[in-house]
Amino acid sequence: MTKELITGAELIVRSLEHLNVSTVFGVPGGAILPAYDPLYDSPIRHILARHEQGAGHMAEGYAQATGELGVVIATSGPGATNLITPLANALMDSTPLLAITGQVASTAIGNDAFQEAYTVGLSMAATKHNYLITDASEIPQVLKEAKYIATSGRPGPVLVDVPKDILNQKTIWVEPKSLDLPGYKPTLEPNPKMIQQAATLIKSSKKPILYVGGGIIHSKSHKELYDLATTYNIPVVTTLMGRGAFPDGHELCLEMPGMHGNYTATTSIQNSDLLIAIGVRFDDRVTANPDFFAQNAKVIHADIDPAEIGKVREAQVPIVGDAKSVLIGLIEALKGSDLDTASWINDLKDMKQNFPLSYDQKDDGPLKVPYVLEQLQNLTEEEAVVVSGVGQHQMWISQHWNFTEPHTWLNSGGLGTMGYSLPAAIGAQTAFPDKLVLALDGDGCFQMTCQELITASTENIPIKVVVFNNGNHGMVRQWQKIFYNSKFSASELTHHTPDYVKLAESMGAVGLRMTKKDDVKKIFTEMLNTNDKPVLIDCVVDPDDMVFPMVPAGGSNDQIIMNKEDLKQL
Amino acid sequence: MSERILSVLVEDKPGVLARVSSTISRRGFNINSLSVGPTHIEGRSKMTIVTELDAVEQVKKQLNKLVNVIKIVELDPEMTIETEVLLLKVSINKDTQTSVIEKANLSSAKSVDVGQDYAIFEMTGSSKELNKFEKLMKPFGIIEMVRGGRIAIQSNL
Ligand SMILES: Cc1ncc(C[n+]2csc(CCOP(=O)(O)OP(=O)(O)O)c2C)c(N)n1
Ligand SMILES: [Mg+2]
Repeated sequence: MTKELITGAELIVRSLEHLNVSTVFGVPGGAILPAYDPLYDSPIRHILARHEQGAGHMAEGYAQATGELGVVIATSGPGATNLITPLANALMDSTPLLAITGQVASTAIGNDAFQEAYTVGLSMAATKHNYLITDASEIPQVLKEAKYIATSGRPGPVLVDVPKDILNQKTIWVEPKSLDLPGYKPTLEPNPKMIQQAATLIKSSKKPILYVGGGIIHSKSHKELYDLATTYNIPVVTTLMGRGAFPDGHELCLEMPGMHGNYTATTSIQNSDLLIAIGVRFDDRVTANPDFFAQNAKVIHADIDPAEIGKVREAQVPIVGDAKSVLIGLIEALKGSDLDTASWINDLKDMKQNFPLSYDQKDDGPLKVPYVLEQLQNLTEEEAVVVSGVGQHQMWISQHWNFTEPHTWLNSGGLGTMGYSLPAAIGAQTAFPDKLVLALDGDGCFQMTCQELITASTENIPIKVVVFNNGNHGMVRQWQKIFYNSKFSASELTHHTPDYVKLAESMGAVGLRMTKKDDVKKIFTEMLNTNDKPVLIDCVVDPDDMVFPMVPAGGSNDQIIMNKEDLKQL
Repeated sequence: MSERILSVLVEDKPGVLARVSSTISRRGFNINSLSVGPTHIEGRSKMTIVTELDAVEQVKKQLNKLVNVIKIVELDPEMTIETEVLLLKVSINKDTQTSVIEKANLSSAKSVDVGQDYAIFEMTGSSKELNKFEKLMKPFGIIEMVRGGRIAIQSNL
């Protein structure tokens, strides 16, 4: 039997099809051009971004909204270097991503050829793993491995660099073998002894807290979390990456702790006698100074990544495993036990009442972001996918939006990447054309990747963008106000502000504006009723507002700044 | 300062040394010594990494995350055979020649090249022994010294 000869480029496209990839995001260029030829004829949808960073965030948004692999394609040199930010972002937030980059011909590598960059070296510290293909016949096997590594264990980005001559090399399709990765064997099943020890601690705890994060969402174990928390009456805090893992509004839900967390969530950890930490990494935005973090608590720490356990805080019970298996194990091990947490829950309920989140929207005053958010949520009937930028608006959204489902809150938590929101929303909307996808962005962030609005209108991706226009790098301004004597060095955006409405229109989107309380309902209704085009709202908000509560970096979570008055004591 | 010795079995793939050393430096850990070479198993290399006490648990965990790292064993110093190699070029003249060679012999260094005004010695041994030999040679004028990474193996009970 003779086998058909096909090119490396065709192998890539065929492999992606075999791996059930239906959508890729990218920008073509010289070295990757051979791959774009067969891609044109493939059922795979390619979305042409206006910048590789945008393409990368789109793939991330796709992956975070679905929990499945996102794929991005770029050319060599500048195409690949433009991808470094989304790769680093995906590594921090454990997003399963596959990046395929073109490379100069293998014969030219090392000669500083046109558009040559050492992509494997540049991306080494920004990926979970990466590959340089040296023969076309490797492609199906490597792409299968790459997908497996990206999506299994603690998910993350994997990059595959393919020289142009390899893309053109003719070879035959070889069915990939079963995977043989002797150095990569994620531990999914927790050690039963550790589960027993954890259960023993939980049973004797009077003030337990489930401290949960992105790991719950990655392992799709929100149901198990719900069962554990509600069966045994254990309050839950959800970190920035874990918002939506447990429903806001539930009486056990304390929502987000940390630097801009609400008082009760942060304080519940401080007062707890047992942290049941699952799929979290004791990030400094949660712990502040770790020496003062939850000083009276024992710690059960479960994570799929053994390197996270004990990295920041010693755990009395370390558990390596998939969050889902850990939760199932704990539910089983606790069966029949009765936790005495009633008075703890009552204390926390009182605390919530005494220290609520607040904002002050005057009838004729400038718009406040929290008010606008509450109005928007009231008007949306369905569960929206909310995609944020980085800054004050991000913290307000996490604080004030009610998240009740996993995968409905996408943000750049670990790296804090401005420019993430708009492209990530495009990625999410691509995965779910019929869902309401909201890019709720800052004006500073928006200006970092706003050209992707063209991508949205060109590709008929009807995202809804709200630009919170405070004319400032608001979060930077807030720090300057507190720590730098109100010296607003390089944080003002007002000297030349784009007309966001015209900008939207020029990019094929609908542009709207709201500036006062009376506008809010009308403009949002108009936005929500527009589904044939992307919509952008220039939402002009108070330029001088601040996010509270706040615990300054390196401070103690026992000293929460609740409002402007508290600042005077600093 | 207490040292810990890691014996790291890796896949012999391109870039594996870069991955290991980049992981270590990225996390801000110090390496006192790193050496790499083939093993008796095809496709497998062994690295010997000497690092400091505080860091070792994180080093192990972070390295274990690398896809090409197969196994990490921390060697028990009580039961470890460790050796290091040294090449040392020292000045000699008529007056010092005998004394240099005598001292080298007593240190069980092997002379591998002797010229008019220099001698080259090769020596294997523990880091301590090599340090001692270096000290001995110093007064005669060391022209050049090269030391290989430390390698180690666990002995049986
Ligand atoms: C790429 C990048 N550059 C710089 C920063 C630092 N930074 C953090 S928040 C922020 C301001 C964000 O401004 P904006 O998008 O207007 O949001 P706001 O805080 O005003 O809501 C800056 C500059 C960052 N996080 N990311
Ligand atoms: Mg702003």
